[in-house]
Amino acid sequence: MVNLLEILTKKNSGTIAKKRLQFVLIADRAGCTPEILEMIKDDMIKAISKYMEIDTNGLEIRITQMEDREASERLPVLYVSMPVRVMLTKETCQ
Amino acid sequence: MSEVIVVTSGKGGVGKTTTSANVGTGLAMLGEKVVLIDTDIGLRNLDVVMGLENRIVYNLVDVVEGNCRMKQALIKDKRYPNLFLLPSAQTRDKSSVSPGQMMKLVDDLREEFDYVLLDCPAGIEQGFKNAIAGADRAFVVTTPEVSAIRDADRIIGLLEASEISKTELIVNRIRMDMVRRGDMMSIEDVTDILGIPILGAIPDDEEIVISTNQGEPLVGMNSFAGQAYLNICKRVLGQEVPLMELEKSRGLFARFTGLLKRAQ
Repeated sequence: MVNLLEILTKKNSGTIAKKRLQFVLIADRAGCTPEILEMIKDDMIKAISKYMEIDTNGLEIRITQMEDREASERLPVLYVSMPVRVMLTKETCQ
Repeated sequence: MSEVIVVTSGKGGVGKTTTSANVGTGLAMLGEKVVLIDTDIGLRNLDVVMGLENRIVYNLVDVVEGNCRMKQALIKDKRYPNLFLLPSAQTRDKSSVSPGQMMKLVDDLREEFDYVLLDCPAGIEQGFKNAIAGADRAFVVTTPEVSAIRDADRIIGLLEASEISKTELIVNRIRMDMVRRGDMMSIEDVTDILGIPILGAIPDDEEIVISTNQGEPLVGMNSFAGQAYLNICKRVLGQEVPLMELEKSRGLFARFTGLLKRAQ
């Protein structure tokens, strides 16, 4: 049997293509190369590691776009997601 | 006043040469004096698409190096006496010509022609820089695919940084059946993303393959692509021609059957 909900919520590949392109072009246009992102990542790990233990394997970094609120121009946004393993206490902080 | 137009895309295989051949031929059909220049040195193609491959004696590099006069290198088209081709060299490479030399060559041609159309090679290296050097206007050709659009965006950025003031988009090989199903980006989607004005859209039409096989551009002929190319030529000449109704609105029944198809 055809699942009606599935039909209605199924994303067309054309829409997926447009979304993916919009994201990749923001990064392209910002001129932020993967090397620069890698350098930012390393520096952030160094800085944050002073205060908390982070899971570097689960770390995510990318250039995306500001959520459309009132902003008339689309600004690039640096998105970083860092899973925290342990908060370091005052005593354990280096 | 004559105009120099470069047909470019970034990505290869999206239809630059086909577009150059058809727009050049179409403009000649409408009475303009046109010269097509194949700037893809080392990978000569425009001559075979035009069906003029057997008439080549001299080429673009010969003209630049002074081995012949411009008149000797220009090949007259089979059908239109006001259409000429300056072929590219097959046994040389892109570094045989500099942007400065291209500017001079194009300026010489301006005196005699209404339109100078440059077929640009794929890529963003020297061949691209040579092709855009003398141009006033650029046509960016893309297909509705992520790879082609990404490259087109890069090209648009590079054109903005150059002295070309007018950049327009041609969306090639669009399949309306797939757009209707939602499985291909629409013309609006592509123009939304790239943000430059659209000059025309060419449907994916097997007649293109046939015409290329025969070496006769199909512009103006009785096919979707032939009409779409003619419309582009008219727009180039400043006529107001609405975009072809490729996306005809569909009845309720067609929508319903389309929905069922998607569910399968």
